[in-house]
Amino acid sequence: MAEKKKGGLKELSPITIYKSLPKTNCKECGQDNCMAFATKIVNREVDLEACKPLLKPENAKHYALLKELLKPAVKEVTIGIGDKAKKIGGKLVMYRHEFTYKNPTALAIDVTDEMSESEVVSRVQKTENFSYEYIGNTLKLDLIAVRSTSEDSDKFKACVKKVFETTQLPLILVTLNPAIAEAGLMAAPKARPLIYAATTTNWKEMAELAIMYDAPLVASAPNDLSALISLAKTLQEYGVKDIVLDPGTFANEGLADTINNFTMLRRAATKGGEELAGLPLLGIPMVTWVNKGELADDLVKWRESYLASMMITRFADALILHGNDGWSLLPIVVLRQNIYTDPRKPVAVEPGLKVFGTPDENSPVMFTSNFALTYYTVASDIESSKTNAYLIVVDAEGAAIDSGVAGRKLTAEKIAEAIKTSGIENKVKHRKIISPGKASRISGEIEELSGWKVLVGPRDSSEIPKYIIDKWQP
Amino acid sequence: MITTTHHDTDKKKDTEGLQLSSDILAALAKFQQIELEDFHLDAKELEILFTPGMAAQILPKLKLPGVAGSKPSSLLSTTFMPPIETYPNKISTVKLGATKSEGGTRGKTFTIGGELSPAFYTFENVIPHKPIVTLDVFDMEVPLSKAVKMHVKDVVGDPAAWAKLAVEKFGADMVTMHLISVDPLLKDASPKEACKTVEKVLQAVDVPLIIGGCGDPVKDTALFEEVCTQFSGERFLMSSVTLDMDVEKCAKFIKKAGNAVLAFTPMDLNFARELNRRLYDHLAREDIVMDLTTAALGYGLDYAFTNMERARIGGLMGDQELAHPMSSGTTNAWAAREAWLKMSADWEPRELRGPLWEVTTALTLLLAGVDLFMMMHPAAVKTLKDVTNYLTSGKKVDPANFADWVKVRA
Repeated sequence: MAEKKKGGLKELSPITIYKSLPKTNCKECGQDNCMAFATKIVNREVDLEACKPLLKPENAKHYALLKELLKPAVKEVTIGIGDKAKKIGGKLVMYRHEFTYKNPTALAIDVTDEMSESEVVSRVQKTENFSYEYIGNTLKLDLIAVRSTSEDSDKFKACVKKVFETTQLPLILVTLNPAIAEAGLMAAPKARPLIYAATTTNWKEMAELAIMYDAPLVASAPNDLSALISLAKTLQEYGVKDIVLDPGTFANEGLADTINNFTMLRRAATKGGEELAGLPLLGIPMVTWVNKGELADDLVKWRESYLASMMITRFADALILHGNDGWSLLPIVVLRQNIYTDPRKPVAVEPGLKVFGTPDENSPVMFTSNFALTYYTVASDIESSKTNAYLIVVDAEGAAIDSGVAGRKLTAEKIAEAIKTSGIENKVKHRKIISPGKASRISGEIEELSGWKVLVGPRDSSEIPKYIIDKWQP
Repeated sequence: MITTTHHDTDKKKDTEGLQLSSDILAALAKFQQIELEDFHLDAKELEILFTPGMAAQILPKLKLPGVAGSKPSSLLSTTFMPPIETYPNKISTVKLGATKSEGGTRGKTFTIGGELSPAFYTFENVIPHKPIVTLDVFDMEVPLSKAVKMHVKDVVGDPAAWAKLAVEKFGADMVTMHLISVDPLLKDASPKEACKTVEKVLQAVDVPLIIGGCGDPVKDTALFEEVCTQFSGERFLMSSVTLDMDVEKCAKFIKKAGNAVLAFTPMDLNFARELNRRLYDHLAREDIVMDLTTAALGYGLDYAFTNMERARIGGLMGDQELAHPMSSGTTNAWAAREAWLKMSADWEPRELRGPLWEVTTALTLLLAGVDLFMMMHPAAVKTLKDVTNYLTSGKKVDPANFADWVKVRA
């Protein structure tokens, strides 16, 4: 596989960037000097625009040059304005092991202009209020897609207006009829909604709207990539600045084409430097709803959810969904969070003694593994219940409790050693340690080696607070 | 605006034909390409030289003087070239199960692996062997989540009945017989006793079997040796051999019995390479499946996904030590609390959330290149099988046959 990289981040060195910086060492960017800033730039940890002197007219040439050097393989497009504006695309690489993916897939939930006003408002509010706490992150939804099923300009305008008044979330206006699209654009003035969509037949009118309203525009050509990039090229030359690609989403029998199209476009952009393929990709998992009525709603939601997840893994930069049940959305938002984390992030946390709240000499002592996700889950359960406790993090070589015990990474020897070196013996009077339920089979060994009494705790850390209230006695 | 590309011969030509300013020449010497804005070019004859392969990259960006600024009145036409790559290597195949004529007793066998491209890049190459699913069966009671338990509660404790249910009702391609009763910290059953269970399951179903141990390296070695001695020729997949076992000893008796091995390592490709190297001393490439460790969605799936994706790409690019089919213990998805925990009403019912958690874990790893899925929930198994059928159907879609989602009254 050719690993040719256009503006490739791996071949960029801080020196290359440094050469074109103003070299004032002014610290305005928050870094100690221009070289430190250049290093941050290469690692994509700061934006070029943080360098104020670079934005001065006399440095315009250097700024343009650096912009070109740092240009991502997939263009970044902004939907909406202000704090809640959503950036999509901006991808530097194809595979997540190459570099942290930028701009997590934006998730839109739809409403239609034939829903009652109260239904529209409640769906919008539910989308806006969607929230799940996951290892220190709040997982949210991002956009509202307003669809015209009525084909009536007035109805669409009224619906968009209602949505626009109800939420700060950016919008996607969905209709293939330019007159209806314009009615929607008038109802959300200067809000830069994403217009869906320009096709090979309506493209000129849609392009005019995108230019007039300064809004990003989706180019849509289902299952025909040549037509799609022809359309994108036409729109670009016509003067549309921000274009998003919709190669078509097909469920079931169309799954292979869907996955192939997204994969080919992203490879052409990242490995082949194809500029027209290097635009954000829109996926539409809600296509599973076109057979509504033939199947149980739960089955449609199930299919929509797994289709969305597959598209997050395969390069979608934004998705439009209809199902808004927690059970079907939760796997999607968690997967998105997983796929968009820094792949260099260590699997393990530092072993040793962690203190929660203000424990005293009678407070409970627990142990867990140093696998990052195990640790953060346990820590968040202890923290959220405001329990005062000591937690000994044992070096299990980054394994979870059950696999650590099974795979001899989390052994009684290591636990006894961790108890000894933690200094806990000087902090508490008692000699009792709570073991994770999943490590119960080695509790006898731990008692023998450490001399501490082992209390077998719950199998899941969510029950720790209750366990301590019910069972803990120093 | 015109974009030009620096090339030694081009530059010479340029200086002969066009008088470029020294600024531009200096920039050309330093950078692969520069863009000139507000640039006018008057020329009777414009000769542009392209090196082979560059044309496609440059042409779409080229706007000739006179055309710039005018809006197209009709659709421009350009062709998308599918970005096909070639790879120096392919993934090994492994055959599982053996029929009577092959020295075993199975009614069917499966071959996995053999990929020529990354997972489901079917625009590039067909998938030679469809990924398959094996369902977990345990030889004693184990803690199961409610969503799983409701489907198997009648057969827990009866491995033969459980295996039959898995194959006949849940559509499992294979069955994994987890002989956890031999665990010294559980029942400490003898390998001979465990083999009786294997015999019963062989009688109950005619699909190939995977034989799972208890995780204790010493006991598993003894168990696997007994299984290999008693059931020579069945072409079991022995799950699993790890670096803390006596790898050489295991490899020898597995080879002698004609079985295959699942090489299990904890999320580190260097360990996977090391284990495979040690297995190569006694086993053929076609006897080895890798398990690089599966973490649940939300609990390290990202590590598992990237690890497997890298292994697969590495294997195709010529890293022989990673060019093996991959197995995933997808059942690990149930270790995530979101899969089984009763949560507030907003996130219920968990009877759907749980199996969907397993499906999402499985499909993410399907797209990383997994060939063999060890799974638990019947609905998750059905979806995985449906999706692999769709992805390997080889049919092209006519969008006209798909209803328009834009106006659907959902």
